[in-house]
Amino acid sequence: MAERYSSFRAGSTRWFLQRITAAFLVVTLAFHFYLVHFLHPAPQITFGGSAGRFSVPSYFVTMVLFLGAATFHGVNGVYNALVNQGVEGTPLRAAKWVLAVAGVLLFVQGVRVALALAGGA
Amino acid sequence: MSQSYDRGLVEDFGRWREFSAGMWAWLFHKFTGWVLIGYLFTHIAVLSSALNGAATYNSTLHGLEGLLVVRILEVGLLAVAVFHILNGVRLLFVDLGVGIGLETQEKSFYASLILTGLIVVASVPVFLEGGL
Repeated sequence: MAERYSSFRAGSTRWFLQRITAAFLVVTLAFHFYLVHFLHPAPQITFGGSAGRFSVPSYFVTMVLFLGAATFHGVNGVYNALVNQGVEGTPLRAAKWVLAVAGVLLFVQGVRVALALAGGA
Repeated sequence: MSQSYDRGLVEDFGRWREFSAGMWAWLFHKFTGWVLIGYLFTHIAVLSSALNGAATYNSTLHGLEGLLVVRILEVGLLAVAVFHILNGVRLLFVDLGVGIGLETQEKSFYASLILTGLIVVASVPVFLEGGL
């Protein structure tokens, strides 16, 4: 059987999740930019308009998943960058926990915003 | 089959004159990633004005969008996001074993850069004038 190059390998959950979230973000980030910069230009964004969108369950769920994927992808990306930079040992462990806590806080705050907008319709 | 290469400490920026297209692609992807995660924290902070009601949300967003510098920065954000998306798609294909030849990778990187440039230039009027 011919050898096929692939960096997919078993046992690296964070690596796999980074790719899965990347594929999801390609679609959702492009959609988000199109929706709130081209279809509804940022200067014309209002609470009422945002609330109308967030009151649609599929939009709400998509945005929360978008936030979760972006948060994981970004925070994990920063962690990987630190590893590439040569950070290791205690500083790397400390960075991991700071990033994990920051990621959770960001996600929770984002969901609070989404709920506030969904309830404002 | 998995392969790995000892590239040394790639974030040794003093080596920038030695960088090939692949190194620039790696560096740009890393840089745009840092910008995007930094922006995400800022974005949620700004949108948190929604927790204080419609009036605060509207005045915060309209106040920011009324600043020309913010709209110009948004064009920069678009450039960063589009490049990260296009180069990211390229990387996903490489991970799947598609287009891994050195020449193909270089061409696809240059294609990502050119396409990013075209999309951003075409979008400038929308961002500066506010809408299609």
